[in-house]
Amino acid sequence: MFEVLRNETLAPQVHRMVVRAPRVAKARQPGQFVIVRLEEGAERIPLTIADADPVAGTITLIIQAVGLSTQRIVAVQAGGFIRDVAGPLGKATEIHNVGKVVCVGGGVGTAVLFPLAAAAARAGNEVTTIIGGRSAPYVILRDELAQFSKEVLVTTEDGSLGVKGFVTAVLEQILNDPARKPAEVFAVGPVGMMAAIVKLTRAANVKTVVSLNPIMVDGTGMCGGCRVTVGGKIQFACVDGPEFDGLAVDFKELSDRQATYKDHECKLTGK
Amino acid sequence: MNKRQYTPKERMAIQRCKMVEQDAAARAGNFKEVNQGLAEAVAIEEANRCIQCKNKPCIAGCPVAVRIPDFLAKVAEGDFAGAAAILQADNALPATTGRVCPQEKQCEEVCIRGKGGKGQPVAIGWLERYVADWGMAHASAPVPPATRTKYKVAIVGSGPGGLTAAGELARIGHNVTVFEALHAAGGVLRYGIPEFRLPKRIVDREVANLEALGVKIECNVVVGKTITIDQITSEFDACFIANGAGVPEFLRVPGENLKGVYSANEYLTRINLMCAYDPQPGRTPILRAQTTVVFGGGNTAMDGVRTSKRMGSSRAILAYRRSRAEMPARAEEVKHAEEEGIEFMFLVAPLAILGDDKGWVRGVRLQKMELGPPDASGRRRPVPIPGSEFELECQVAIVAVGTKANPLLTATCPQLKLNKWGNIEVDANQMTSIPGVFAGGDIVRGGATVILAMGDGKRAAAAIDAYLKTK
Ligand SMILES: Cc1cc2nc3c(=O)[nH]c(=O)nc-3n(C[C@H](O)[C@H](O)[C@H](O)COP(=O)(O)OP(=O)(O)OC[C@H]3O[C@@H](n4cnc5c(N)ncnc54)[C@H](O)[C@@H]3O)c2cc1C
Ligand SMILES: Cc1cc2nc3c(=O)[nH]c(=O)nc-3n(C[C@H](O)[C@H](O)[C@H](O)COP(=O)(O)OP(=O)(O)OC[C@H]3O[C@@H](n4cnc5c(N)ncnc54)[C@H](O)[C@@H]3O)c2cc1C
Ligand code: SF4
Ligand code: SF4
Ligand code: FES
Repeated sequence: MFEVLRNETLAPQVHRMVVRAPRVAKARQPGQFVIVRLEEGAERIPLTIADADPVAGTITLIIQAVGLSTQRIVAVQAGGFIRDVAGPLGKATEIHNVGKVVCVGGGVGTAVLFPLAAAAARAGNEVTTIIGGRSAPYVILRDELAQFSKEVLVTTEDGSLGVKGFVTAVLEQILNDPARKPAEVFAVGPVGMMAAIVKLTRAANVKTVVSLNPIMVDGTGMCGGCRVTVGGKIQFACVDGPEFDGLAVDFKELSDRQATYKDHECKLTGK
Repeated sequence: MNKRQYTPKERMAIQRCKMVEQDAAARAGNFKEVNQGLAEAVAIEEANRCIQCKNKPCIAGCPVAVRIPDFLAKVAEGDFAGAAAILQADNALPATTGRVCPQEKQCEEVCIRGKGGKGQPVAIGWLERYVADWGMAHASAPVPPATRTKYKVAIVGSGPGGLTAAGELARIGHNVTVFEALHAAGGVLRYGIPEFRLPKRIVDREVANLEALGVKIECNVVVGKTITIDQITSEFDACFIANGAGVPEFLRVPGENLKGVYSANEYLTRINLMCAYDPQPGRTPILRAQTTVVFGGGNTAMDGVRTSKRMGSSRAILAYRRSRAEMPARAEEVKHAEEEGIEFMFLVAPLAILGDDKGWVRGVRLQKMELGPPDASGRRRPVPIPGSEFELECQVAIVAVGTKANPLLTATCPQLKLNKWGNIEVDANQMTSIPGVFAGGDIVRGGATVILAMGDGKRAAAAIDAYLKTK
C-alpha cells in the first residue's frame, strides 16, 4: 500500500499527488514512470514521475483524469492509499549540454515534460518552454517551469491566455529565427501535437525527442502491448522508451493503436 | 485403510481410469476447471494398476525424481496422508504439477504399464493431483521453524522456481524475501496458465503457505529498476534469480501492429491477472472477436485459443507451421481443445496480418507448408508450398511463437555471465558468475516447464544453504 500525502488540483481534472514510495523515489531518474493500480481488480495505469524526493521517500504524480481509472485515482484524498505503485520504469532521459533547447508541452503532456525540462536546465542548457492548453485554466505548471526556463511561452486555443492558437505556431517562429533556433527540441503531448511538431523540426533539421504514451500493461517488456514502430523497427515503449527520436516514430500507427479500446465492444461484437 | 488385495492378473486387468470432465460445450463458455478430479475409489483402483515393477522407470522419467511407486502404494492402501507426505517431500507444488506437467513425455511415457501394444500407463499425473488436493484440504497451515538462522536470502521472481526455493529455504529457517515485479505472486502460474487448467486458488494457497512459513513477499519491486542486484547482494547473504523467460517474440510479418494483434502474454495477462473477462467498468479492457486466430503450437498457443473461445469467439482457430505430431503442447490440452470445438490448421505459416482502413485486423494471409527434412531441433522443417497462399477472416490474431530472455534485470548487472541468447549461465549448483547469486527456471533454460523451474529452485535452495554455512 502506498500512502497519498497530498492531493491538489492544478487545473480542471488535473491533480498533483504526492505519494510515499521510498524505493521508487530513491531509484528514480528524469524520464521514468510508474505503473499504478488503485485497488484490487483495477487497471494498471502508467504515470510519469514528475518529481521525487529521495530523502522524504516521496514521488509526485501529475494526473489528468481522462477516464474511469484516472478519475478514481485522483479521487484519493491525502491519507488515503493506492494499492500498487511499481517502478521506476523506462529509460532515463539522455540529457546533454547542447546549448539551446526548446521544450514543448501540450495538455497533461506538460506534466511529463516538466522533469525533462528541469533536467535539461540542470545540465546547463538554455531552455525555452512552450506550453499549450485548451483555455487558461488548462495551462499547468507555468510558474514551476518559469523557475528554470529562460522564457515560458503560452498558447491557448481560445486565446484566453498567451498566444491564441497551438504550440506549433510559436515553435515555428523560433525555428525560423536563426538567433533562437535550438539544437534540440523535447516535445510531449497528444500524438497529433507531437506529429505536427516533428513535421516542423524535420523541415528545420532539428533533433527532436518525444515521449510516447501507448497503452501499457506490465511495463517490464513482458507483454509487448506498448510496441511502437521507430525507424521501421518494433520497440517496446516501456523498456526501450518512453522517449524516442521523434523524427523516426510512426505516429499514425501510435494514434491508431491508442484507440484500441474506444468503443471496441460495439465494434467487434456488433452490439 | 483399503485392504483389497489384487492378484497380479487382476491388477493387469484394471483399465486406466477416466477423468471426470466438465461437459465440453458448457466449459467452452466458462473459466471453471475442465478436470473435475477422481473419486476416492477410482483413485485407489487406479493406484493399484501400478505393479511396483523392478526398474521403476517412472522415477527417472520425472525431472525431480518423485518417488512415484511409493506414493502410489500408499494411495493403493487408501493412506492419502502417507502419500501426500511422500509427494510433498519430493515436489513442492504437486497440486500444480499434477495438472500441468507434460506427463505423456515424462513419468507416464516410460511407465511399464504403457509399454507394448495397447497398454496404458498408470495415471500418475491425475493421482498426483488427487493426493495433492487431498493434502490441501486436510493439512493445516505450515508452522514456521522454531528458530531462525541469521541469514537473509532474496528471491527474484515468484514463479514456480522462486516459490519452490523460498519454501525450501524458509523451512530451514533462513529469512526469505521474495521480490516480484507484478502486483501479485505466482509468475506464469498466475498470469499465463488460465483458471480452467490451474485454478488460482491453488496458487493463492501456495503463496499463503509460504507466508505462514514466514516468507516475506514484496510485490511491485522490479529488480533492475526499483532495486539492483548489487543492492540485493549488499543487503542479503544470498540471492536466487528466477525472473522467467519474459519477452514475447513476434512474427515479423506486415500488419503485426494492427489493432487486434496481441502477444499471447498480453492477451492472457489481461484476462488471467487483470480480470478482463469481467466486463465491470474500471476493469482492464480486452477485444472480443467473432473469429480469433492463434499462431503457435505450444501450451501458450493452446491457452490463448481456448481462452478466446471462452471470451466468446464462435471460431477459435489454432494455426501451426508443423503438423500435429510436432506440437509441443500437452496431449491432454490438445484433446480438450478439440472437444471444445477449437479448429486446428496444421502446416500453415502466416505471411501477413491484414488490416482495414481504420487499422483493425480483418484477416490473416497464410501459406501452406509441407514437412521437409529434420532441422536443428530434430523436428521436420516446414517448407512453404509455392502458390498455396490463402486468406482467413478474423478480427483478433494472437501470436504465441515463443519468448526470449528479458534483459531488464541482466542489463543492470554486467557482472552476470550470460549465454548468447541472454540467458544466465549457472554451474551444477545453479550458482551464477557472481558468488552467492544463484539462478534457475526459464531465465536459465529458456522457455521450459514448471517442474524444471521447481527442480532448479530446489537444487538452488540446497546449494544456497550449503553456501551460507561456509560464510
Ligand atoms: C509512459 C507513460 C506516461 C504517462 N504519464 C502520464 C502522466 O504523467 N499524467 C497523466 O495524466 N497521464 C499519463 N499517461 C497517460 C495515462 O496513463 C492514461 O491517461 C491513462 O492510462 C488513462 O486511463 P483511464 O482509464 O483513466 O482512461 P481511459 O478512458 O481508459 O483511456 C483514456 C485514454 O488513455 C489511453 N489509455 C488507456 N489505458 C491506458 C494504459 N494502460 N496505458 C496508456 N494509455 C492508456 C487510451 O488510449 C485513451 O485514449 C502516461 C502514459 C504513458 C504510457
Ligand atoms: C501460457 C503458458 C502456459 C504454460 N503451460 C505450461 C504447462 O502446461 N506445463 C508446464 O510445465 N509449463 C508450462 N508453461 C511454462 C512454465 O510456465 C514456465 O516454464 C515456468 O513458469 C517457469 O518458471 P520460472 O519460475 O522460471 O518463471 P515464471 O513463472 O516466468 O515467473 C517469473 C516471475 O518473475 C517476475 N519477474 C520478472 N522480472 C522480474 C524482475 N526484474 N524483478 C522482479 N520480478 C520479476 C515475473 O513477473 C514472474 O512473476 C507455460 C507457460 C506459459 C506462458
Ligand atoms: S512432477 Fe510431473 S513428471 Fe514428476 S511425477 Fe509428478 S506429474 Fe510426473
Ligand atoms: S513404471 Fe509404472 S508400473 Fe512401474 S513402478 Fe512406475 S508407475 Fe508403477
Ligand atoms: S507494457 Fe508490456 S511490454 Fe511494455
